Amino acid sequence: MLLQISEPGAPSPSQQTVRRLAIGIDLGTTNSLVATVEDSGTTVLADAKGRSLLPSVVRYHKDGEIEVGHGAKLYQSEDPANTFVSVKRYMGRGLSDVAARGEVPYRLVDMPGMVQFETVAGLISPVQVSAEILKALRERAEQALGGEIVGAVITVPAYFDDAQRQATKDAAALAGLEVFRLLNEPTAAAVAYGLDQAAEGTYAVYDLGGGTFDISILKLTRGVFEVLATNGDPALGGDDFDHAVYDWLCERNGYTALSAIDTRRLLSAAREAKELLSKLEEVDFHTEMSDGSIANIAIDRTTFTRLTEGLVKRTLSPVRKALRDADLTVEDVKGVVLVGGATRMPIIQAAVAELFGQTPLTDLDPDKVVALGAAMQANLLAGNKTGDDWLLLDVIPLSLGIETLGGLSEKIVPRNATIPVARAQEFTTWKDGQTAMTIHVVQGERELVSECRSLARFELHGIPPMVAGMARVRVTYQVDADGLLSVSAAEQISGVEARVEVKPSYGLSDGEVARMIEDSYAHAKDDLEARRLHEQRAEAVRLLEATEAALAEDANLLDADEQASIFEGLRTLRAATEGTDWLAIKGAADALNELSTEFAARRMDLSIRTALTGQRVDALSI
Amino acid sequence: MNQVMSPAGVGNHFELLQMPVCFRLDLAELDRHYLEMQTRVHPDRSANLSDAERRLHLQWATLTNEAYQTLKQPLARARYLLKIRGVDTQEEDNTAMPTEFLLEQIDWREELQTAAGDRDACALGRLVTRLKVERNTLFETLATLLDDDHKLPAAAALVRQLAFLDKLGRDLNDALAALED
Repeated sequence: MLLQISEPGAPSPSQQTVRRLAIGIDLGTTNSLVATVEDSGTTVLADAKGRSLLPSVVRYHKDGEIEVGHGAKLYQSEDPANTFVSVKRYMGRGLSDVAARGEVPYRLVDMPGMVQFETVAGLISPVQVSAEILKALRERAEQALGGEIVGAVITVPAYFDDAQRQATKDAAALAGLEVFRLLNEPTAAAVAYGLDQAAEGTYAVYDLGGGTFDISILKLTRGVFEVLATNGDPALGGDDFDHAVYDWLCERNGYTALSAIDTRRLLSAAREAKELLSKLEEVDFHTEMSDGSIANIAIDRTTFTRLTEGLVKRTLSPVRKALRDADLTVEDVKGVVLVGGATRMPIIQAAVAELFGQTPLTDLDPDKVVALGAAMQANLLAGNKTGDDWLLLDVIPLSLGIETLGGLSEKIVPRNATIPVARAQEFTTWKDGQTAMTIHVVQGERELVSECRSLARFELHGIPPMVAGMARVRVTYQVDADGLLSVSAAEQISGVEARVEVKPSYGLSDGEVARMIEDSYAHAKDDLEARRLHEQRAEAVRLLEATEAALAEDANLLDADEQASIFEGLRTLRAATEGTDWLAIKGAADALNELSTEFAARRMDLSIRTALTGQRVDALSI
Repeated sequence: MNQVMSPAGVGNHFELLQMPVCFRLDLAELDRHYLEMQTRVHPDRSANLSDAERRLHLQWATLTNEAYQTLKQPLARARYLLKIRGVDTQEEDNTAMPTEFLLEQIDWREELQTAAGDRDACALGRLVTRLKVERNTLFETLATLLDDDHKLPAAAALVRQLAFLDKLGRDLNDALAALED
């Protein structure tokens, strides 16, 4: 076969038509999925055996081997202390947060930042466990698509706070995934539904997953998905229904203190009974316990309803709160979308139908809809043209505040603020001659700081001594499109500044993530170098493509000298990518970024001027 | 006072969202202009672009959200309108209020406390409705003061009163939310 050569100057066909491989990942409490957009449509990618759901279960072996998914799930009863299920519940959580949830088969270790697990393979953090699940999904996608993944959209519960979001992003970094965006699960579901059915109007997405509950109220207008309000419970899900059945089974069978293995067995039986009760009026089966005795699993739907109606009610109050925050009533809601495997329970469907006075929509598979929406968004963010175009405007779920005198939280960014958002507020000193100030960043709705989640604490030093109340310390909160916060503080008179990415108290610092990545390559330094080279090359290719596309569109915004210097920067970077020195590639990329800063600003101005047509443009001095 | 860090050189929120500089706004038009702007500047439009372009999108999208939130809510809009006309509403320092208004506030607060104490959702709901009517009346007066009569100090005094009612509205919302727990 002859090799093809394109015409000089013409864009190479591969650049023009090849789809950039982007994936959407639903990193669930119970199961995880990966989906992508192909020419034939959006599909969930299955494993070699045709299974789409990957159980979110990871087992650690003594020899360092790590098993993920179906294989690991088989051992959750045999080896419960080293086999992690529902790890999502531990993301960004301290020991005191998870202790309240009752008995678990794991050996929990209190660590600054986040709880960790003691395993046969040593101390493992929830972030590492999640990273293993992400890695398995990435590998599945690479095999199915036959190429390298350029980036992913990973979904998180809308009600996840900053620490939980940051933990998820850290897990992606560990798994070697470029994250285009953290996307809220109900919003992802809305994208899949909205685009599928060309919906317009106000919709509610009721998302009950394995371990989390979200409600989002969205307004859909001509391709814009605007989240009006969101609420939820980050520690309520299908698992809790299993536990309710489990408790009842313990009581019926006269069990008081079960071993870790038997706890797992009976929980699995409880889950099976719950799932069967979605189709049957009653179930009656047996399961063998470790001592050879038989546990009787007999329960009917009426009993199940009685055991779980409290849990169902707990989902309805966030719904009412979200509606109130959106200043809407149930009559304003045109449709209700059910998402998450737990919404298959008739008791849930009936409660939602009664509250909203309409039959909820279940057209799309509630297990897959989030991954499908994430894949569509990933495809859009990767820059693949689809003809369809849409915009997501999402919100932060919980207010962000700062600790003031008396342990009170002063809210700086209110809940349900559309992101990205930045807010600044001025504070002053309390004592004469005070030269430092502690900035304590918290998240939550309560007035007392002790009842909110502590996100970060940092100090601003070097304030010149002044009379109390004279200093002007301006604290700025910036929340980006992933819902992640960064905080800076500056004393206005002296210009003293401090800045923090909100990570220390409940997330991993960049250093810790870097250390974990290095640890995973501890035995092979070459691998680490190879990975860095690979990452820098991928980043360079993205920058080259972006810059070339920008030049193709808007070269006329630059004079000849400016064009020449950017062309030179492109040449230098392209030449560096041919080599194997990742530092040289990084240097050339940074230089090109620097060279294009002014160009980027002019392109932005042009775009905004185009938006602001008419006379008023000149008045706006941009 | 909350304020956004803005990219240098922007005129004001009204100009950014291409709305006339006045209190009575066509909110449907405001929505359209906001979405048109976000369609261009939202960070999702730059996920695939250079770092410089991503930074600019973040800044502009942040500013656009701030402008929209300010203009959409009547109290924030009035406060902002007064600010760009050089009138400080002095909500933190100036606590001088008409006696009649203050007495009304005491009544509102008492009713709120009673209803919240009794966990009476209906009574709280009635207060919400009454408050809405009360605020709408004041906003109409405010529109006249700002757009027709250009009586800015009087408008600032009314903004201070409306800030009280705004706080009351939030406390009512919190009381209703507390009934859910």
